[in-house]
Parts: sequence; C-alpha cells; structure tokens
Amino acid sequence: MATAERILTDEMIEAIKAFFPRYPTRQAVTLPALHVVNDRLRYVPLQAVVEIAALLGLKPAEVQDTLSFYGFFKQDKPHGETRAWVCRSISCALRGGDELLDHICHAAGIAPGETTPDGKLTIEFAECLGACEFAPCVLAGSALLRNVTPQSANAFLNDIRKGAPSNGHQ
Amino acid sequence: MPKFEPILLANIGKPDSHTLKVYEAGGGYRALKRVLAEMKPVDLIEMVKSTNLRGRGGAGFPTGLKWSFLPKDHPGPIYMCINADESEPGTFNNRILMEFDPHQVIEGIILSCYATRAQTAYLYLRCEYPTSHQRLQAAIDECYAAGYLGKNICGSEFSVDLYMHRGAAAYICGEETGLIESLEGKRAWPRIKPPFPAVEGLFHKPTVVNNIETVACVTQIAARGVEWFKSIGVPSDPKNPRDPGSYGPKLYCLSGHVNNPGCYEAPLGITCRQLIEEYGGGVWKGRKGKAAIPGGISMGLLTEAEFDTPLDFAGPGKAGCLGLGTAAVVVLDETVSIVDFLHNSCRFFAHESCGQCTPCREGTAWSLTMLNRIKAGKGRLVDLDLLLEIGDSIGIMPGTTICGLADGAAWPIKNAIRKFRGEFEEYIKRTNPDGYQSTEAARALPVLAGH
Ligand SMILES: Cc1cc2nc3c(=O)[nH]c(=O)nc-3n(C[C@H](O)[C@H](O)[C@H](O)COP(=O)(O)O)c2cc1C
Ligand code: SF4
Ligand code: FES
Repeated sequence: MATAERILTDEMIEAIKAFFPRYPTRQAVTLPALHVVNDRLRYVPLQAVVEIAALLGLKPAEVQDTLSFYGFFKQDKPHGETRAWVCRSISCALRGGDELLDHICHAAGIAPGETTPDGKLTIEFAECLGACEFAPCVLAGSALLRNVTPQSANAFLNDIRKGAPSNGHQ
Repeated sequence: MPKFEPILLANIGKPDSHTLKVYEAGGGYRALKRVLAEMKPVDLIEMVKSTNLRGRGGAGFPTGLKWSFLPKDHPGPIYMCINADESEPGTFNNRILMEFDPHQVIEGIILSCYATRAQTAYLYLRCEYPTSHQRLQAAIDECYAAGYLGKNICGSEFSVDLYMHRGAAAYICGEETGLIESLEGKRAWPRIKPPFPAVEGLFHKPTVVNNIETVACVTQIAARGVEWFKSIGVPSDPKNPRDPGSYGPKLYCLSGHVNNPGCYEAPLGITCRQLIEEYGGGVWKGRKGKAAIPGGISMGLLTEAEFDTPLDFAGPGKAGCLGLGTAAVVVLDETVSIVDFLHNSCRFFAHESCGQCTPCREGTAWSLTMLNRIKAGKGRLVDLDLLLEIGDSIGIMPGTTICGLADGAAWPIKNAIRKFRGEFEEYIKRTNPDGYQSTEAARALPVLAGH
C-alpha cells in the first residue's frame, strides 16, 4: 500500500482529528471519519479505509468491517452529484411510493442503486425517511421533496439534468 | 381541532422557533437555571420518578426508574446517549422537535445529564435528517456561547458536553445497545442483556439511553411540575400495583390515508378513532378505514372495528398488538390489499435485520420470500401457516433473539394473518387456482433486484 497515492487530504485529516477529543477511544471516530471522507469524495474507496485505519490506530479490516455493515458508503465509485433516496416504507407506499420509485428510475434510465452516465444523479430506495406526513417523499441531497407526483419528479429530474444539483451533498 | 393545549409543540409555528432568542423569550432555560440553583441531582430523579414518565422511544420504560439503576457513587464517567435514530416507519415526532424546537430538547438533555451526573452526552442522529443536523448544531453552538453547555453551566459546579454523532442509514442503530456499538465505531450488533447499559454501556461505563421526546418531557416536567404532568393521560390501574400508568402529553404521528397527516399533541389515551377523526380530518377520499398501525409498523395492526382502542401504553396490547410503540398511526383505507401491506412490512424487516441471530435473519428473509411468492401468484394456503410459525417463533418474547427487532417483524405477520386470514386465502385461491392446495416444497423464485 505504501506506493498508492494518498487520498485523504490534509484538510480531511484535520477534520477527522477534530473529533478525537470528543471520544475516549479512537475507534469511536470511525463513523465520523467515514462521513468526513464521504461528504467530500461521495465514496470511501479502500485506500481511504486504509488511511483512516492508520489515523485511528486500527486495522484496516476493523474499519472495513464497520463500513460494510452500513449500506451507506459506496466503495467502487462516487455516487452522483445528487443522491436521491426514494422512500418505499409503508406511509409512502400507501400513497404511491413504489410507483414513484419506478417512475423516477424509468425517467432517469437507471435502476435503483445506479448513477446516470453523466454522473449527476444516483437513485436509491430508502426505508422510512421520517417525513411520512409528506408521503410520498424523496430526500435529494439535503433537500426533502414533499408529496412528490410524477410531474414534480420530472421537474426535479430536469433541474438535475440542467445542472442544478439539489444541495448535492450535505 | 380539539381543545387540548399543546405544550411540547407550543413553540412550533412561531417564527424562528429554533433560535435561542425565541426560546428564551418564551421562558426557555429558566427551569434549568432553577434546578441547578435549587435542586440536587437525586431530587430531580425523584421528581421525574414521581411523574411516572415513561420513555417515548418505543419500550415505555419508566425514565426515573431507569436513571435510578445507575450505580451509586460511581467514579465516572457516566454517559448519556440521546436516541435520535428515529427510523420506525411512520414516525417523525423527533424530527419535528429537533427542527422546530431544538432548545427544548437540549434543555432536557442538560437536565437529564444533571440528574444522572453524566458529563458527556452523545446525540445519535440518523443521517437522513440533514435539517435536524443543521438546526441542532446551530443550537448547540448557541448554548456553548451562552454558557448552557460546557464548563460551569450558569455559574454552577455542573459541566456537560454535548456532541452529535451521525448514523449511516441502519434501523438497528435505534435499538439502544445497537446504538452503543455503533457509537463505539463497530457494526451495530445489539448486545445480549444483561448487563444493561445502566451498569455497563458505552465504553463499558454506566450509560443512559433516552429518546428525544422523552427529554423534551423532562424539560416540561422541570418547568411545570409533577402535578401538571400527572393531570394529563391515563392513571395507573389500581388493581395492578406495578402499572406505571400512561401520564402526560404525547406526540402522535398520523400518516397514510388520512386527510390531514401530521404530528399532533394529545393526552395519552386518545383513541385511534379520535385521532383519525378529530386531528386527521378523517379517512381520505371519503373512504372507510380498513386497518391502522397503532404505533409504528412493528406494533402490528388494529382492524377498523378496533379503532376505539385507546392509544396509551396498555391499549394496543389489549387488541393483540405489540404495544404503543412510537405512537405513530398509519391508516390503511378500504382499498388497500392486506397482502401488499404485509409484503411491505416483511420487506422492511428483511432489509433491516442485522443478521446476528439466526431466527431473525432467516425468519425475516423467508417471510419476504413467501410474500414475494404469494404476490407473484404462486402462493399456497400452507404458506400462511408457515408464516405464522415464523411469527410465533422469532423475537425476545418467545426468547429466541437478542433484540426486539424480530418481535417487530413478527407482530405484523401475526396480526395481519390472524385478523385478515379470509382475505389472504381468497387472494391465494384467486391468483393461484391450480396450486393453492399444494404442499410440495416450493421452487425458489428468481432473486429480485435491489441492494
Ligand atoms: C429494533 C429497535 C429499534 C429501535 N429504534 C428506536 C429509535 O429509533 N428511537 C428510539 O428512541 N428508540 C428506539 N428503540 C428503543 C430503544 O431501544 C430504547 O428503548 C429507547 O431509546 C430508550 O429511550 P426512552 O426510554 O426514552 O424511550 C428501538 C428498539 C428496537 C428493538
Ligand atoms: S433480533 Fe434480529 S436485529 Fe436483533 S440482534 Fe438479532 S438478528 Fe439482529
Ligand atoms: S414511510 Fe416514507 S417517509 Fe416515512
């Protein structure tokens, strides 16, 4: 690994280190560190896992074990500029959530979990987004799209295509 | 709208309700100052104990009692974990509090830390709540600047730090020991209890885990007193000395097929029907109700005939549901297929099981496989008994799993099939006229895509 190019920038390392005083163990900084990297790179490649582990005094396998438990951090390539989570849990499903996911995927030409070829949008299904009063809903980056209809979904997709990311990532 | 005056939601709707300025203008942090000046930690524990406040996160465990399980004279540190993982389908009351009244929550956290002598609090926030994250961080910053957090709060001897910790989209992080494992940087595998967190929790230290709404109640109890809290809700059953009753206001989340979905504050014990009619404006499109989830999907189902069930801690159980849960009511109108409902529920739990216990991992996965098969027109009547066998054998109640996720997976299966068996049978016969009586081992369906 010594020859691989460093992925964590100095800024990321500082941001991760800022969490150290909050916890009595370094391992507790695992999730915060993964978020620091993911917020900036939109994925956490293996090389970053190795570097995070070194920073936290852990084995890479320990960080990878935690990372792989959560479906949240992509590892093969970055997710799109906007990551859209379409809710499929019960309150949304009762108001057309499954059909909405179908519609959005069809209109964008990708399957759940995939990213559009222009890299602008990743669509994923989500379990309850905690916004059931706005069912069916979509969390796009940090923007919550409420009571989404096929029409408002199309408008959202058009904005994305025109390059107006919905708050990209947080 | 009914006349019950909201207390937990009183600030919501005011302009800039999330700011310190508006919170203080409404009397915020006065209770904290008074408690720090006049009460000892044990007095605050006694006060909360005598309200019989029960945790709002789902289990309904009495909060003061939980606090009193912490070892006496422990050298420390003691940790406070605030559970804001809120992932139970149908539930969003914590989000409302965090977005629109974060200071009411933070005042409750500081008070809870004072009572339990915790000097560090972690607020575990699900990562799907970016607005909550931003509002809470701004509120925490305001508190440090104003001396409500940090060293020597309001000039007292008491110090506490509050940190936010973001989750990564896993329902199981809401289970209190899954939350602790996740905070420690590991996979969120719930721990076998005992030891309970009060004895050995986060970083092997005594730990309290409390829900966001629970600590908001602590704020109001400190501000308004025991009498006020006990004047609301349903008293303890005099014939059962161990029943703590259902006191206080409650935030009910209402969604699904109602005219006005939303988060409403009502006295504990309001019936499901009252909530739907008086707050939700009735079932949408002039239709009739068919069923309702009483408190998050894990709790099972009430049929329309059971809508007069009071939504207090004892009510849903009497109608065969798991409990009050998160008091999130999801209404299904008469057009909903019960097969679709159960498929949705099984899909959720199969996706969210952490995989640690075989009965839960396999039971949730197989129940989804069977529901997929039934939906695809390949169901057999025997599948219903197989599903019930899973429902009756996974969970803490039958004693086969480590945590309650499996009970939550089991209850919708048991309730849906036992309360709507005729509809399942009719569906299976209609969609699989040639094979519904078969008892041969079924062939696997092709694996459906998903992640
Ligand atoms: C599978 C599962 C998921 C849970 N999710 C949550 C949750 O998202 N938020 C919550 O406060 N409690 C949740 N709980 C309950 C917690 O384990 C715990 O009882 C609660 O946080 C304690 O706080 P309280 O006493 O203030 O209610 C969950 C329990 C289980 C079994
Ligand atoms: S019951 Fe299910 S979710 Fe809970 S610990 Fe066991 S496998 Fe994990
Ligand atoms: S069910 Fe979709 S936000 Fe809750």
